[in-house]
Amino acid sequence: MTMVTAMDDRARRVRARNRALLAVLLALVALFYALAIVRMGG
Amino acid sequence: MAIVSSADLGASRTLDSGTAALGPSVGDFVALLKPRVMSLVVFTGFAGLYLAPGHIHPFLAAVAVLCIAVGAGASGAINMWYDRDIDAVMRRTRNRPLPAGRMAPGEALGFGCVLASASVIIMGLALNWVAAALLAGTIAFYVFVYTVWLKRRTPQNIVIGGAAGAFPPMVGWAAVTGDIGTGALVLFALIFFWTPPHFWALSLYRAGDYAAAGVPMMPVVAGARETKKQMLLYTFLLWPVAVAPAWLGLAGAVYLAAALVLSLSFTLAAIRVWHDEGDGAAKRMFGFSILYLFLLFAALILDRAPGILGTLPGLAGGA
Repeated sequence: MTMVTAMDDRARRVRARNRALLAVLLALVALFYALAIVRMGG
Repeated sequence: MAIVSSADLGASRTLDSGTAALGPSVGDFVALLKPRVMSLVVFTGFAGLYLAPGHIHPFLAAVAVLCIAVGAGASGAINMWYDRDIDAVMRRTRNRPLPAGRMAPGEALGFGCVLASASVIIMGLALNWVAAALLAGTIAFYVFVYTVWLKRRTPQNIVIGGAAGAFPPMVGWAAVTGDIGTGALVLFALIFFWTPPHFWALSLYRAGDYAAAGVPMMPVVAGARETKKQMLLYTFLLWPVAVAPAWLGLAGAVYLAAALVLSLSFTLAAIRVWHDEGDGAAKRMFGFSILYLFLLFAALILDRAPGILGTLPGLAGGA
């Protein structure tokens, strides 16, 4: 029972890390897009 | 898994194993960035950006501040990787992700290196390569000169190593101008001379921790009396540096008044530490030192409007 809980916790942490990484990657895409627009506009 | 099945293990050991088995949380990665230190670095970096002559697009200014913040965070992560042995000894740091066993050392090092590289490359591509080189130099200085070389070897560690914390306004300045002006050097000097009394105030009431970890901070090596004398000396050295922006035309009367009042208060705090045999005055001085730097840079920003965001009539200085 407790082992199942520990595995759930581990899966939850891995999921949270993956989502954070996805957010960072999307933010980078948006950053480079906006940078390109601003630099070309300037 | 060792967590729940090993009933013969002690409670704390069980917790440690369990925490390690879960792997680091997102919060642990955020903790590696030393967010509280980062906030002051971001603010002083922004001040350098704001005070520099010239204009850049507000979005590019935001990117520059982001790069400074990420670079500072990367330095913190690499510092925590290197110092994980002494962090485990000190009460203040033993719950950090590495000494607490929540993260593998390699993860912290990799995280720090990736962030350091990304911040420098983006700074170079988005702003200019002078600012990027300065940012790279700041990270390298903090990691190699302060953390690896000085911290465990000399009581002057935070005097020389303090330069790492003084670079951010220079990076911000260079992001706008592409070079290092006199104003940038003054902002650098402000933080450089502020760092010793700030850090020694902390080390006075944490001397036991530093002694246990074998870090030769001034109170450990030279004693509390000598440290207090040096702190007082540095608050006097800070006076001309604090008013220098007004002499150089980087700021006006509002800043000058703020600098005089704040410097007087800082010196009085050091005098109180000198007379205090306990920890109270040192703790109060440490807290005030952070407020001192924040208010000093806030006064600079409020007093001097031209820069990246346009001009407020009547407040323009003459840099």
